Amino acid sequence: MPDLTTRSEPPGAIVIDPGTIAPGRARAAAPLRREGPAKLTGAAKYADDLVFPGAWFGATIRSTDAHARLAALDLDPAFDWASVVVVTAADIPGENIVSSIKSDQPILVPLGGEIRHHAEPLLLLAAPDKATLRAARGAVRVRTEPLPPVFDPLASEHVFAAYELLAGDVDAAFAAADLILEGEYRVGHQEQLYIENNAIIAVPSDDGGVTVHGSLQCPYYVHAALKRGLAMDDRQARVVQAETGGGFGGKEEYPSVIALHAALLAGKAGRPVRMIYDRHEDIAATTKRHPAIVRHRTGVTHDGRLVAQDIEVVMDGGAYCTLTPVVLSRGAIHAGGPYRCPNVRIRARATRTNTPPNGAFRGFGAPQTEFAAETHLNRIAEALDLSPLEIRRRNVYVPGDTTPTGQVLRDSVAGQEVLERAAEAGEFERLRGRSAAARAGRAGSGAIPGSPLRTGRDRVASGVGLALAWHGAGFTGSGEVKLASVASLELTADGRIDILVASTEMGQGTKTILPQLVAGALGVPYEAVHIAAQDTAYVPDSGPTVASRTAMVVGGLLIGAARRLREQVEGATGGTFAGTYRDHARTHGALRVDQRFEPYPGVGFDDATYRGDAYPAFGWAACVASVDVDLDTGEVHVRDVVAVDDVGRVIHPILAEGQVEGGTLQAVGYATIEEIKLRDGRYLNDRLATYVIPTALDAPRITAILVEAPFAAAPHGAKGVGELPMDVGAPAVIAAIADATGSWIADLPASPERILAALAGVPAVAPLPPGASEPATAAGPDSAAGPDSAAGPDSAVGPRSSAGPRSAAAAEPGATPGTSPEAGR
Amino acid sequence: MSAYRFTVNAVPVEVAVPGMRRLLDVLREDLALTGTKEGCGEGECGACTVLLDGIPVDSCLVPVCQVEGAAISTVEGLAPDGQGLGPLQAAFLETGGAQCGICTPGMLMAARAYLDAGGSPDDDAIREAIAGNLCRCTGYTKIIEAIARAAGGGPTRSAADAPDTPGGTSR
Repeated sequence: MPDLTTRSEPPGAIVIDPGTIAPGRARAAAPLRREGPAKLTGAAKYADDLVFPGAWFGATIRSTDAHARLAALDLDPAFDWASVVVVTAADIPGENIVSSIKSDQPILVPLGGEIRHHAEPLLLLAAPDKATLRAARGAVRVRTEPLPPVFDPLASEHVFAAYELLAGDVDAAFAAADLILEGEYRVGHQEQLYIENNAIIAVPSDDGGVTVHGSLQCPYYVHAALKRGLAMDDRQARVVQAETGGGFGGKEEYPSVIALHAALLAGKAGRPVRMIYDRHEDIAATTKRHPAIVRHRTGVTHDGRLVAQDIEVVMDGGAYCTLTPVVLSRGAIHAGGPYRCPNVRIRARATRTNTPPNGAFRGFGAPQTEFAAETHLNRIAEALDLSPLEIRRRNVYVPGDTTPTGQVLRDSVAGQEVLERAAEAGEFERLRGRSAAARAGRAGSGAIPGSPLRTGRDRVASGVGLALAWHGAGFTGSGEVKLASVASLELTADGRIDILVASTEMGQGTKTILPQLVAGALGVPYEAVHIAAQDTAYVPDSGPTVASRTAMVVGGLLIGAARRLREQVEGATGGTFAGTYRDHARTHGALRVDQRFEPYPGVGFDDATYRGDAYPAFGWAACVASVDVDLDTGEVHVRDVVAVDDVGRVIHPILAEGQVEGGTLQAVGYATIEEIKLRDGRYLNDRLATYVIPTALDAPRITAILVEAPFAAAPHGAKGVGELPMDVGAPAVIAAIADATGSWIADLPASPERILAALAGVPAVAPLPPGASEPATAAGPDSAAGPDSAAGPDSAVGPRSSAGPRSAAAAEPGATPGTSPEAGR
Repeated sequence: MSAYRFTVNAVPVEVAVPGMRRLLDVLREDLALTGTKEGCGEGECGACTVLLDGIPVDSCLVPVCQVEGAAISTVEGLAPDGQGLGPLQAAFLETGGAQCGICTPGMLMAARAYLDAGGSPDDDAIREAIAGNLCRCTGYTKIIEAIARAAGGGPTRSAADAPDTPGGTSR
């Protein structure tokens, strides 16, 4: 990679050929993380580290019902209410709405209003100290009248959003297919589990406004929410990002709720109020990854070419809309996987349930549907006795192919490249041959009752799995055009170069790569470029820090701004920018360049017909995972992962690798151990002792390999990296488990319970649909009645049928040999 | 309420607080040392790790009455003379071992204890040493690389655990 920090020419047209491999290890020229020293010495100030003299402590009284009418909020007369501040819906000066896509979520449930989920905010308290706050909490009584809840997303009749994608003639193609294979796949909630809990501090200002300081991804989302809920103007509402200890989408929309709560309390108290969630409250109340049920019906030729895909996606939105329509949209567009198929029908809907609202989480709908697509393709390969690598070679998109929205993939198409690199670096075929031989050996050695694959000498079964994915870069459809982001560059009167953006640092490296790009375009050292605080009083709305868009979109805007700034200065001085900008600024005063997003040339999408370029470009990822499965305990240990990601252009190798490694481990957790259990719409494991994420001992050795297939319409070629690795890790791990054991797990996570049930050929314990709650009156975990009946006529192909999803192929007319659990072993 | 005396980063301190007050709160609120972070408050995440007489502990689980006379070390004391970065911190910066930074102070203290006990660059041993410290950003890869570098080498792996021998036992 060229050294962006020292070269004197702005980065021009990208000339790296698609598939050029960046070394997997760090290269010397990359600058050090800008805010790294502050984080490494303890000097960095996260929200809870900020001190505001005289601040009170805030708390939220929440519902314990999943669905009810709020009858009364009784304040115990024995408590001294003059010592605290109480806020209810009646105190809200603006609209009682958390501003988002739909206006359905109240800031606080009003008296007589409908409680739609457990842990819904009802009343707010602030007190000068934590002991008084605790006493006040205990003196509030909530009275409700229960309403019948809906927990099953399949049964819910309230649809937040629905999409249908059609290409070709699906029915005719099925009639002509050599093999049709069906499957149903389910994924549950996943918690973002940033290590810093949500935290906001609101400080009232003299003009009747409020400044909130907090842990958040999107300052202008919070800004919009404050204006609407508190009836404030642009200047009265001010949002300042504190150092943020991880987000992963979990601090995209929910901080708006907390900011409104803190601001309401601060306004009434007339002093700063700290609203710092503890881990329990953070898990119990804030958004999760959407659970999903994905059904595939796929027609293929004998040689493994896809001819028809019929896919149904149902997502559980939870109780309020939040960002669900956009999550569903991305999930639907990615649902077929990165494969050429002329006849496609994708029907997707997201419904409302009486569970806490689901929202943004790294990957944003794509990990759910791509897990299903990849696992289904692997089962097709198995049915055809084809290698998982070979079936992908035959179907992966190449330049010139058309996606189900009618988008022609022109350039920056690197599916083949990442697939081959991963298979080679992960030694996929060699390891696959080895595990096949081991499986064959076990098959002849006799089973031990209760542990069908266990033999005396062979407790651990090893396997290797492969997955491939695509991920649309930036906002879906016309989102970026509607957003019309602005990024600015200012040369101050004293000769300082400042980047002005609302794009936040939360670990990914925003504060490092943006100065890097600007320095490269201006021809000045990295150290000469500063980045202003993410404070809505000073920075323009460069859009939310989501959708892996910051490097691609905001980075591109800043390069454009830098080129214009450079032209202005060099045109005026006749010298190089680097040699003249300080003197020019001191003589002529400050210079500011605002760069607004313009649509990428030739990229267009029609929201009404859902046709066109769903994304300006796609990133491509492949993953090879090696696992050990303990046949006695069902425990999976993911040993090694090779993750190959095409990110367009690598800006900072160490940071990009860090994104791939971290995203891969989140995907491994999603595949193996991360699960939310519900009862009556309440998360049962709402603490870090019970919701577990991978430790260093659980984590595989991850080898990150970066591929560069530049996006030509971006000045620097970058396509984004944050979400891409999240799409492939889980299906690769599930494929590896199947390679080790011969059993497919279609219901994430592949917990020991599910693996042992699959090995024993029985339904898994507690076969609840993800997101659906077990009624308190249910017959117990062994009852098959509730959730199975919800699955309706398709239950025969569900993972809860006795032989798991494999039975679907065997049951399908026209299935070829090799579809029974024992065949092909 | 009684007074407790101990040292923090070799500086003697005396605090008059209830004996069951969490060491974490004493450090953050009473002594204004906010480098030590709270992630879960129940000893699961390790973000609040400090050294108590050289031993890594979760300061959210330690009542201050238990540290009377002890030596506490926090992230604020890692740099030599309180200036710049020490070798361990520099290794984290160079390898990319810190992303969002919220687990970093605790991770550094766990690593400090490991290195002080003569820890080697061995990958498995480093993983064991930081197994009580959760990180959600890095996948641990670059954290392990940083600690190995501070221990005098790149991460090493025993031959039996090489990637082409998938038949090995689970850790």
